[in-house]
Amino acid sequence: MMGYENQTYEESHLYASKEEMESLVLDDDSSNGAHRFSDPLSSSSLPFAEIPTEQSQSPNSSFNSILEPPSYAEAIFRSFDADHSSPEVNGGHDHSIASPSSSPSSSSEFLSISVSDPQKEQELSNSLVPGGTTYVTYLITTRTNLPEFDGTEFSVRRRFRDVVTLSDRLAESYRGFFIPLRPDKSVVESQVMQKQEFVEQRRAALEKYLRRLAAHPVIRRSEELRMFLEAHGKLPLVRTTDVASRMLDGAVQLPNQIFGETAGGMVDANEVAQPAKGGRDLLRIFKELKQSVANDWGGVKPPVVEEDKELLEKKQKLQDFELQLSNVSQQAEALVKAQQDIGETTGQMGLAFVKLTKFETEQAVYDSQRTRAADMKNVATASVKASRLYRELNAQTVKHLDKLHEYLGVMLAVKNAFSDRSSALLTVQTLLSELSSLKSKIEKLEAASSKIFGGDRSRIRKIEELRETLGVTEDAKNSAVREYERIKVNNKNELERFEKERHDDFLGMLRGFIVNQAGYAEKMANVWETVAEETSGYAKHGMTAWLVGTTTMEALAFGSMCGLNFLSNSNLSFTSWFCATSFAGMSAYTSRSSSSILSPSSRGNLPLSQGGMVSASKLTMETLN
Amino acid sequence: MNTTSPRSPSSQAPFLSVSVTDPAKMGNGVQACISTKSSPKTNLPEYQGHEKIVIRRYSDFVWLHDRLFEKFKGIFIPPLPEKSTVEKFRFSAEFIEMRRQALDVFVNRIASHHELRQSDDLRIFLQADEQTMDRARFQETGIFKKKPADLIQIFKDVQSKVSDVVLGKEKPVEESTPEYEKMKSYIFELEDHLAEAQKHAYRLVKRHRELGESLSEFGKAVKLLGTCEDDALGKAFSELGAKSEIISIKLQKEAHHLLMHFEEPLKDYVRAVQSIKATIAERATAFKKQCELAETIKFKEIDLNKYRLTRSEKLAEAEREYEMLKAEGEEASRRFDTIVRLMNEEIIRFQEQKTSDMGLAFHEFAKGQAWLANGIADAWRSLLPKLEACSS
Repeated sequence: MMGYENQTYEESHLYASKEEMESLVLDDDSSNGAHRFSDPLSSSSLPFAEIPTEQSQSPNSSFNSILEPPSYAEAIFRSFDADHSSPEVNGGHDHSIASPSSSPSSSSEFLSISVSDPQKEQELSNSLVPGGTTYVTYLITTRTNLPEFDGTEFSVRRRFRDVVTLSDRLAESYRGFFIPLRPDKSVVESQVMQKQEFVEQRRAALEKYLRRLAAHPVIRRSEELRMFLEAHGKLPLVRTTDVASRMLDGAVQLPNQIFGETAGGMVDANEVAQPAKGGRDLLRIFKELKQSVANDWGGVKPPVVEEDKELLEKKQKLQDFELQLSNVSQQAEALVKAQQDIGETTGQMGLAFVKLTKFETEQAVYDSQRTRAADMKNVATASVKASRLYRELNAQTVKHLDKLHEYLGVMLAVKNAFSDRSSALLTVQTLLSELSSLKSKIEKLEAASSKIFGGDRSRIRKIEELRETLGVTEDAKNSAVREYERIKVNNKNELERFEKERHDDFLGMLRGFIVNQAGYAEKMANVWETVAEETSGYAKHGMTAWLVGTTTMEALAFGSMCGLNFLSNSNLSFTSWFCATSFAGMSAYTSRSSSSILSPSSRGNLPLSQGGMVSASKLTMETLN
Repeated sequence: MNTTSPRSPSSQAPFLSVSVTDPAKMGNGVQACISTKSSPKTNLPEYQGHEKIVIRRYSDFVWLHDRLFEKFKGIFIPPLPEKSTVEKFRFSAEFIEMRRQALDVFVNRIASHHELRQSDDLRIFLQADEQTMDRARFQETGIFKKKPADLIQIFKDVQSKVSDVVLGKEKPVEESTPEYEKMKSYIFELEDHLAEAQKHAYRLVKRHRELGESLSEFGKAVKLLGTCEDDALGKAFSELGAKSEIISIKLQKEAHHLLMHFEEPLKDYVRAVQSIKATIAERATAFKKQCELAETIKFKEIDLNKYRLTRSEKLAEAEREYEMLKAEGEEASRRFDTIVRLMNEEIIRFQEQKTSDMGLAFHEFAKGQAWLANGIADAWRSLLPKLEACSS
């Protein structure tokens, strides 16, 4: 099959040796789930492995997960490619090699990050609290060949606060992009913060986050990320100051702003490019709020219209998608639980039969008991095997369906990106309103002033001031419009990327899920078919199940069914053999019956089987000889 | 082919075949129960002529069971399915089917047991008209029917005696040959093991159903998600949803199959062991009676000799009583010996029967699971070509 060959090509292309394959498997374990863009093996040392092709990613990771239990791989191989008998990925395949699609530009670039080695460190006593607090730092190790970075392998220590800073800065610089969400801050006591489990969870979450950033084609090249990963010592990114301190700063400026004085309070065009926040922008917030209210009430129609009908449609579609995704994600969880349950119960039943087998074997007085114990053992073993298979199946299922959860996270990033756009638009609209109100003020003043011969000194001065403000505001508006357009472009590009990646990721997820299910189902079928074989002697032709004629010690011969159960008793006494004889007229029971196997007088006179039990009789004949 | 084994019956050997079919509700409320048709095809002389169809209710089966239990002490009477106390469940299709199957097995086991099949009660059960049957049933209830409380007490006695012997305490009126003790403790322990296995088997049925349901829900959700995707991928999702539904149905099927052909046989096994416990109790009672009579006879002998020596007038009377007691004692011994003999035969039959019953149950279990697994594998596999179409 094409897809399969595709996969194996990638595999053999990527993994030069079995060893690497093993280490691959381990890495996949530690990386805890497939990743969107860069590979699940970011911390491995394989240069090939980082092919950031969407196509190869998910099949990659799913294939990788398929490989983990070798027995399963066997099943996959056998079922999907009858020609290839080798269970090894690398060996014996010489099918035509289809080349995987790969994104043209970045075929050999990689940026792989790992987070490890959490350590407690003491806070320098800057604070008023004596004794200081402790916090945890993590070792961030990067390996890359991207030109933006100074080195190819390096490490830094960062604490969670730094990650928050990084995330905030990225949000500011990359408005309109679908930026992966950082792990939550946790509002817990410091005691919990230091617990092993919590630290490990956080470490894993950080790793996931950084890898997602590294997988984003634009953000991976950002200066912010580079500094975070590379710059030693204190993180040289400015922390966004908290609102309170900014309020204090801004309070100084506020009177000027409120009263319209712009001298000394020149509006920085760049600032316009930022969304209003903090105390300094108090006025701006007021204005934008007013504007948004005006918008809502349909008052002044904003000259800049959110023109993209298409975008609105897209937004609606995305909303639908998110809803359905969330639903599937929930059902997936339930499915996983049900799979887990059935596996557990199968295992428990198997163990119960193991105990029964042991019991019967130890207590056996009659051979029929020993036979039954042997049968039971087969069933018990098969049940335990099946239980194990369910467990493996489920572990893989979780990995595949994890994509759904991941995309729920992506949807949050999408929402952020769209709200970037909305707020940028709001800024533009606010400035436009401002412009228009300034203009009308000027008009009024000019009209009034013109009535006075010679001009009105104070009014003229006013007009000039307003004109200045107008100019500045005009610049600000242009800057805001530029920013808005920029964000729109980002949205569009990201949306395209998102759609494509989603398509590929989901395709991979489906394939992985299906291959996984099919493979394990096959394995289980094999297990049970063997037992069915082993117990086939008991089979009746569609009559009332489990009704057997009773034997007594007397001449009536019908009783147990023929089975191919024989014990290790090598002298093959007839007590250990059942044989089938067809028995005319016994329609209520079975079309077969057996000779009384316990009766010694049947020795030497073993009836041959009739009907479908040719093989049994053959075996009988052979062993009799 | 070759049927010359001396053990294989000739084609003229008598056979009796019963089928219990067409369960139907009769009446409503607490009195309602299940009626069934028995249609024995036989050429045993008593059952001469062809098929006979009668309608019976659950309590008729109970009557038959109790009569046989009374009359054939020592034989492990085939067990009955329990009376269900949960109203709602009592008329569910599944319960009715489970019961019908169990009753069918019950009657056929009786009909194929060399001794039991000869009982008059069976004949009444299989052939008498409804009124006769009703009359017989009303007559017998209350007289022979042991109250459950009694049975429980007997079981407790037997159980405590088993443990007493194990602990080394001596109880005078209890047979305690090592072989029999072994058999008794085997039976008691077997019941525990079987009950556990059956419990898990029942749970396994439920798990199949639950997995089926959740897969069906998952499939529906996936289908909806597919509507958000483009053509090819959306179709793939839709197919996944469809297959999930198909597999869900298979799971429900297998759940039912598991219930009827694996869990129920296990349950039947448990009941059979409980039936043996009832016989063990009977044997204990018979033994006790025999011992008590022996004791009484001894005392009577002493009295007799006393009377002989004193030439008392009571001698004749005493001699008569003595003779009666001796006869009773012989009868009690005979009864006890019969029970012992029968039990020895029965235990062999039981073990053989259970080996085939379970062998078949295991086979059905494995077959069903294999069928399910293959069905699942096929269903999923059939999706892959459609997926390939998407990845261009």
